Amino acid sequence: MRLLTHNMLSSNIKGVANGFPLKIEVVTVVEKEVEFNIEFLKKMFSKVEWKALAEASRTMGYTELPENADASMLDSDDFLHKFHHALLELHLEEGALVCPETGRKFPVNKGVPNMLLHEDEV
Amino acid sequence: MKLKQLESLLGSLQQFSTPKIELEQYPTGPHIASRMLYTAENSFEDVNSKVVADFGCGCGTLGLAAGLLGAESIIGLDIDAESLEIAYENADELELDMDFIQCDINSLNWRGQIVETVVMNPPFGTRRKGADMDFLSLAMKVASQAVYSLHKTTTREHVKRAALRDYNARSAEVICELRYDVPQLYIFHKKKEVDIAVDLWRFVPQRTQERSL
Repeated sequence: MRLLTHNMLSSNIKGVANGFPLKIEVVTVVEKEVEFNIEFLKKMFSKVEWKALAEASRTMGYTELPENADASMLDSDDFLHKFHHALLELHLEEGALVCPETGRKFPVNKGVPNMLLHEDEV
Repeated sequence: MKLKQLESLLGSLQQFSTPKIELEQYPTGPHIASRMLYTAENSFEDVNSKVVADFGCGCGTLGLAAGLLGAESIIGLDIDAESLEIAYENADELELDMDFIQCDINSLNWRGQIVETVVMNPPFGTRRKGADMDFLSLAMKVASQAVYSLHKTTTREHVKRAALRDYNARSAEVICELRYDVPQLYIFHKKKEVDIAVDLWRFVPQRTQERSL
């Protein structure tokens, strides 16, 4: 699972008010190279929650993203490459996503998070 | 990529080995899947460089078709672990990166407007009434640009009315009518093949700004 996907997922347990962002527990991270697409990155910049992305990438062992970012940084090629790497090339392969409110863990196996709820959580 | 080439690549994908009746797991054949995504890209530019989600992805055919046509990111969602494993292998076979989430579409929480296009072949709702409309309702909330979906032609008026009135669609158009060959997968199918008329729909959600008005 890439961090782009992580950025749109929220804890779905009944009664949880602030389910975003899900915390990440890492067992294995893999990196897969993706073609660099500036237009796509510029479009996505306005849609992602930056803090969630920066923190998630740090948890995954990538420390190059700044704490805060604004649109003026999109002029920097260096910034765009780092954003690209964090957003699209880091994959959580094994680990878990953790609901920030309840601590409930959603396991991630072979890159696939299991977000199925138990009966009493729906 | 040409339509024929797309169809042939999709034709090589693995399908369900033991489909589950309660989930209405009918494979989306390469003929329908290739036409659906080819039209989405070549007539409407809804695929290339987009974030595309495949709702109820099964073996991943529609999402992978989007990937072959240049989608920047594809996400497949399904409740069934076995389907996701097949989809995973199919993605591997085509050398496409596809993210998967095992979840019940009806109880997934989404943030933001990251997904641009949703493609889906929802359960037609013959086993659980309204299943197709539940999928459509959620897809319309998640997609910022367009939703492509298949529904039985007999439900055309109902689908159109619900989309425009209840699901915030700016437009709801049948792009074409297709024959859906449901092979004899299940014991209750008496005839060898059941030919169902289905509509390929394109729905356009209201823009975010318009929604907040």
